[in-house]
Formats: sequence, structure tokens, C-alpha cells
Amino acid sequence: MQSPLPFFPEQASNFAGKVDVLFLFVLLTCLFFAVLVTVLTIYAAFKYRRNKPGEVGSEVEGNTLLEIGWTTIPLVLALGMFAWGAVVYVNYRTAPKDTLDIYVVGKQWMWKLQQPNGKREINELHIPVNRNIKLILGSEDVIHNFYVPAFRVKMDVVPGRYNTMWFRATKVGKYHFFCSQYCGTNHAVMGGWVTVQEPADYAAWLSDETGDVNPASAGERLFSQLACNTCHLANGTGRAPSLNGVYGAKVLLADGTIVTADDAYIRESILQPKAKIVAGYQPVMPTFQGLVSEEQILNLTAYIKSLQSQPVPAKGAGIAPATTGKK
Amino acid sequence: MSTTTSNGPALRLPEKHYLNATYGIRSWLLTTDHKRIALLYLASVTFFFFIGGFFAMMIRLHLLTPSGYLLSADAYNRMFTMHGVAMIFFFLIPSIPAVLGNFLIPLMIGAKDLAFPKINLLSWYIYIVGGAFTLYSMVTGGLDTGWTFYTPLSTVYSNSAVAPAVVGIFITGFSSILTGLNFLVTVHTMRAPGMTWFRLPLFVWAHYATSVVMILGTPVVAITLALAGMERLFGLGFFNPAMGGDPILFQHLFWFYSHPAVYIMILPAMGVISELIPTFARKKLFGYHFVAAASLAIAVIGFLVWTHHMFLTGQSTYAALAFSFLTFLVAIPSAVKTFNWTATLFGGSISFDTPMLYAFGFLGLFLIGGLTGLFLGCLGIDMHVHDTYFVVAHFHYIMVGGAVMGYLGGLHFWWPKITGRMYPEWLARIAALILFVGFNLTFFPQFVLGYLGMPRRYHVYPPEFQVYNVMSTAGASILAVGYLLPMIYLTWAAFYGKVAGENPWPATGLEWKTPSPPPTENFEETPVVTWDAYDFHNRPDLGLDVPGHPAAVPTHGDD
Repeated sequence: MQSPLPFFPEQASNFAGKVDVLFLFVLLTCLFFAVLVTVLTIYAAFKYRRNKPGEVGSEVEGNTLLEIGWTTIPLVLALGMFAWGAVVYVNYRTAPKDTLDIYVVGKQWMWKLQQPNGKREINELHIPVNRNIKLILGSEDVIHNFYVPAFRVKMDVVPGRYNTMWFRATKVGKYHFFCSQYCGTNHAVMGGWVTVQEPADYAAWLSDETGDVNPASAGERLFSQLACNTCHLANGTGRAPSLNGVYGAKVLLADGTIVTADDAYIRESILQPKAKIVAGYQPVMPTFQGLVSEEQILNLTAYIKSLQSQPVPAKGAGIAPATTGKK
Repeated sequence: MSTTTSNGPALRLPEKHYLNATYGIRSWLLTTDHKRIALLYLASVTFFFFIGGFFAMMIRLHLLTPSGYLLSADAYNRMFTMHGVAMIFFFLIPSIPAVLGNFLIPLMIGAKDLAFPKINLLSWYIYIVGGAFTLYSMVTGGLDTGWTFYTPLSTVYSNSAVAPAVVGIFITGFSSILTGLNFLVTVHTMRAPGMTWFRLPLFVWAHYATSVVMILGTPVVAITLALAGMERLFGLGFFNPAMGGDPILFQHLFWFYSHPAVYIMILPAMGVISELIPTFARKKLFGYHFVAAASLAIAVIGFLVWTHHMFLTGQSTYAALAFSFLTFLVAIPSAVKTFNWTATLFGGSISFDTPMLYAFGFLGLFLIGGLTGLFLGCLGIDMHVHDTYFVVAHFHYIMVGGAVMGYLGGLHFWWPKITGRMYPEWLARIAALILFVGFNLTFFPQFVLGYLGMPRRYHVYPPEFQVYNVMSTAGASILAVGYLLPMIYLTWAAFYGKVAGENPWPATGLEWKTPSPPPTENFEETPVVTWDAYDFHNRPDLGLDVPGHPAAVPTHGDD
């Protein structure tokens, strides 16, 4: 942004170039039509200007061929724009598997971010260059939006659900991020900086301070504080299913349907336990709505995720049998 | 160039007309004359336009410097919210339909009044009651939710006077519904003998399409705001996730109306332009049937594109694909209209009277506004420019560049019919030019700001965005002059302007075949229509030099 009248923000992610090329394509196509119509209008306005007060125009009423032409040609071009835009967007909405996952919580009016090792930041995000990053976005209160112009990506941060967004930073540097969904009084100052570092610098930064505790261990502590462990016994003999290995697995519900135990499912099971009952269990779990914060839910989720590697009991796991779809 | 110069000094106003038929405040507040009700609307929407305009000036002044020039964060948030609410619900939506549509539809189809004159008056009172609630909200705490009222910000977290504003908009919606109903029934049942569907002026077609949108869409926003109001007042959890509600559901319901509402604003303006261009090119509109069909296509497809406001809420990728596709489809009828307007100019006899300057202005600004809509409908670009100033620039090009230019063009065109008098032509042309320049300087830089990444609704911003904000504020002050001028000279002209005569332009519509201002009952005797819309060649009564026809005695100018 050295020029006094900049037109493009910096290109610093895998999406920036794609969005800009698409933008230029749409811009040039539109410019062609804008210039065409403008030139024709100005030409006609002067060529056919009125010379005598009583003059009238010609008796032309229309031309069906022209109508068909200027309906189909713009239609084809518009569908081209649609298809190209769809390709970029679908790529953006489909995160690759090998991402570095960072939890982001928005609240009026700050961002709390947490690295996989538990290190926390506020209104700052450090990431390594050339690594696929996935942000898992949750909100404590109203709808926010995490937006990095230099990366050309944004996503709403909606209370009550998780959204994700992914990108790969391609250039070391510091870039603005903004909240771009109006969220109340200090919406305009709810932003900060993304710092993109060389992997070695990022690793050094990550291990620099001791940082906060690991989210999974914080979650483990909560798990016993909230007495979850009195029912969710690891060996499957409790009043509630064992959570070993449940993260990411298929779960068989009382109504016969099978769902995947992802972040959203776990969140819902904590806040609205009666929404999806695991087959073979009674709806006895109380709701934790209002008792746990979004951050605590993230910690609990991290703990449950860490149980993926734990031995799954033969009975009482709640996991759907691998071979059969239905009971 | 201007035909008005041919008017002789002998022109006089008719002795009795709708303005002097009766006197006194009661004769206005209890009138059922569609023309007087149109003037009541004119006064009230102008009032809201200047309220909204004042907020706009505050916004632009404040944004002169990156740290904000004038207002606190809360005050700024109230300014842009109330600007949006005043302009959209109380100016843009009623402006052309309730003022020009009300005045002109019966005249254009040769009827004495609308089908339900008392309901017409009722709709104005409903508008006033709704407006009063919203004004009450503005003076008792203001409103800081954004005009979109997104939940749970509006229902749980806002500390402003949300409830009265929501009640006001809820009430005002019924005014739209009744106006739309009145127009539909009138157009179906009250056309003069010979006024077939395909002889209707395109202004009437556009209002027909608009009325369909009003009737089908407005109840949905009324229900939505009622639910939001109940959540805020009584704590019922429709949208608040902490109570099991869904904040995204609100957006679906809200945009199901509020996207078609954009067409409530732009379709009538398109209707005005479809009158102005043939009149001042003295030529039939190119592709009449295609333009009429395009209005209906916009009204129908316009209902199927609403989630393009929600591509980045985390909605399903498949839904986004479907709605992006439909958004590109709805662009086509607008393109067809633009091409037909341009083609009409070829072979015409074009004059540059003030209404035509507004029509040219509309063409240029609507072109930019419409084309930039393609960028936003394009998923791969929207993921960058959504919720930035690019969106702000785009919809101002449509709503101000399109709808307001159409409205002002229409006011200038029909002002001689409404008041019986002409405005000062050169002053009006200069004002039109000032508006065009001021508008572009205000809003074009915002496209660049948006692509650079400046989000909407920011009361402070990083310093690298300042240069474009300064341009925009400079443009806004020019724009303000451009709006004040017509306000002043049109008011002056209503009392002291040169007498216009029955048909000063001349134009072909039925509204020009009755005195200016018209009598209360519109026509002395029911007119019989034997000509197509904009047919200058078979209208000897207009006194034009049609090749092959002997010039008839003109009925305008020197009788």
C-alpha cells in the first residue's frame, strides 16, 4: 500500500491471486458492456438530437432477433462468472485435511485465539507461512465476522454454531484482520493483526513463553469439576456412554439415525443434551447452557478429542457398529 | 431545444382543479382524491428524506478523519442505522409508488380514482402512525442495530430503542400492502375503454409488478419483525441461540422480504425511465413487450435470490451455489431493459429537457449499480467484498443513483401536471448535473475502499483508507446542494412558475389529455383509447410534424 491511491490490497494467501484474477475477469467483462452502452447512448444522443421543435422519431418498434441476442449473450457470460466464482468458493469452503487448527472466539468486542498447544492470544494471530490453516470460529454473544483483506477471506462467527474457514498464507508479514459483521458499539475496533512467520520463527514464538495450559488438560480438569466423569465412565459401565474414541466416530442414536460426533455435535450434546440421545441410554443429562463459556466448551471438546486414542470399551461406547447401518 | 419555449403567453390555469376544488385543512386530511393523497405522501416522504439526509451528512463528516471527526461510537452507530431506516422504509419504498404512482395510475389508465379511495387515505394514515413510532424511537434513545436488525444483537444486546422502531416498521408495512392491493385492483378493473393491457404505459406495468412484490413480501417482514419484537420484549427465544433459537433463521426471513424490497424501490424507477425516454426521444419504446415482461421476471425471480446476502454465514455450499446461480439469472431482465432503453434512442428525436437529463443519469448510474451486483453475486468475489464498502457503494448506485434519479426525473416530468406550472429549466438542468457529479464523487471511491478491505459500519478506520473517505465526503457535500436546489425551485415553481398548459412536452399518455392541474374527477368524460403507448405517429392531437400526415391544429401551446 505504498501508492497514494491504491486499488488492490496486498496478496498474501493462496486465495488472494484467485480472487483477484476472477475480479479482473468480471471487471473487464462489465467494463466492456458499460463502455458499449455509454458510447452508444452518447452517440445516439448527439446523432439523433432534435433539430426542429415539431420533429418526431422513426417508427421502429423493436427487433426480436436483437432481443434474443442481448438476452442470450449476457446470460452465457453471467453463467461463466457464476461457474468461475463457484469454483473459487467451493475450494474455500472445503478445507484440506492437513490443517493447523486454531480456535477463535469472538465476543463484544475482542477476539480470543488459541493455538493447538494452548497458547492464547488476544487480537493477534501468529501463523506459519505456507501451511494450511483452519480457523474454528465460535461466538460468545452476537454475530461477528473474521476478515483478512490481504487473504481475501472472511467468515461469519455465529453464536450457537461453529463455522470454519481455511487459507494458506503465502507471504511473511503483518496483515490487518477486521470484524466485518456489525456487532455493536465498538465493532470498528474489534480487529487486530495476523503475523505470518517463517516456520522456524513460528515454532520459536510458539514455545517462547510458557503460555497457558494445554486446552485438553484444561478440559480434563473441567470434566471432573463439572462431574461429567461420574456418568461418562471410561470403561462403559456408567449411566452415560464412554467418550473414548467417540470424537469423529459415528454415533447411533435412539431414533435409529447415525450422526458423526464432530465439534458441533459435542457442543450440542453439552448445551442441549436431549436433542440427540445415544441409543440405549436415558435422557438424564442436565443441560450446561449458561454454565459453561464458549472457551470452556472448546476445552471440553479438546479433551474429548484427546480421548480418540484411548481404548474403546466393547460395551457402553455409544459408537455405531462399523458394519451395519441400522439396528 | 425545449418545447416549453413555444408556449404562448395566453396559457391560463383551469378555473376549477383538484387543488382549489375545496379549501381548509379538513379537505386535505379527509380527502379521498388520489391526487391529494399523493401530495400528502410527497410532503411526508420529503420530510423523511431530509431526516435521512441529515444523518447521511453526519456520517460523511464524521468519516473525514480515521479517528472520527464528530461523533462517539454509539452516536455514529445510531446515525447510520437511522439513516438506513428513514431512507429505506420511509422514503425509498413509498417514494415513487405512493407519490407518483398514486397520482398517475388512475390518470394513465383513464380512471376517476383508485379502486378503493378510502383505503388509499387509510394507507397514508398507517404510514404516518408507523413513522411516528419510528421517530419516537429516534428521539428516545435512537436505534443502533443497523437497518437489518440482525439478531441476537437487536433482540438481546442492543441498548437502544429497538421496540418502537420495530413496531413503526411493522405498522408502515401495512401501508405498502394496501397501496399494492389498490394498484392491482385498479389496473385490473378500471382501465378506460380501449386501454388494453398492451397499451398500458410501462410505468403502470412496473407498478403492477411492484404491487405483487409488496403484497407477497411485506407480510413476511412484518411477521419477522413481530417475532424479533416478541423476543426483545417478552424473552421468547426465536432467534437467540442461548434459548435454543437460530439467529440465521432471522436473516432468512428478513432477506426474503428485504431483497425483493430492493425491487420495490427500483422497478417503479425503471417505470419512470420507460416513460421519459420515449417521450423525449419522441419514439415508441424499443421492445415494449420485452420490457413489460422483464418487470414481471424481476418481480418473480427477485423472490428467489435472498440468501445471496448470506453466502458467508456458514450456510450450506450447495445453497450458496443455487442462490448465486439465481442471482445471475435476475440480472438478465435488468440488462434487457437497459439495452431496450438504449436502442430506443436510435432513430429518435432527442431533446435534453431536465427529465431526460435525469433519464441519462439513471442509465449511467444504474448501469454501474447493476453491473457491480454481478461482483457480489459471484461467490468467489463475495468472499472478499461481502460486508465491505463495496456493498455500500453498490446499493447506493442502485437505490440513489437508480431509484432517486428516477424519482427526481419523474417529479420534474410530471411537476407541470401536478402543479400546472413549469420550473426554471436552466436551474433544473444545472441541478441535475450537480447531482450526477456529486453522486459519483461520493460513491465511486467507496468501491475502491471496499476492494481494499474497509468493512462497513466503522466509526474509525485505519489511516490507509483516508484518501478515499475524504473524496467521498467532498462528493456528499456537492450532493447535498444537488438535493436542496430542486426542493427549493420546485416549491417556488408550484406557486410562481410559468403556467404549463395541458401537455407542455408534449407526451402521449392519457394523463396529458386533461388540464393541468387535473380536475378532481380527472377527466370531464371517460376517454377512449385508440392508440398504443408512446405512439407519436398516430396522434395528430399532439400537433407534431409527422411525415406524411398533415399537421393538425395543436391542442397545446396556443389554443
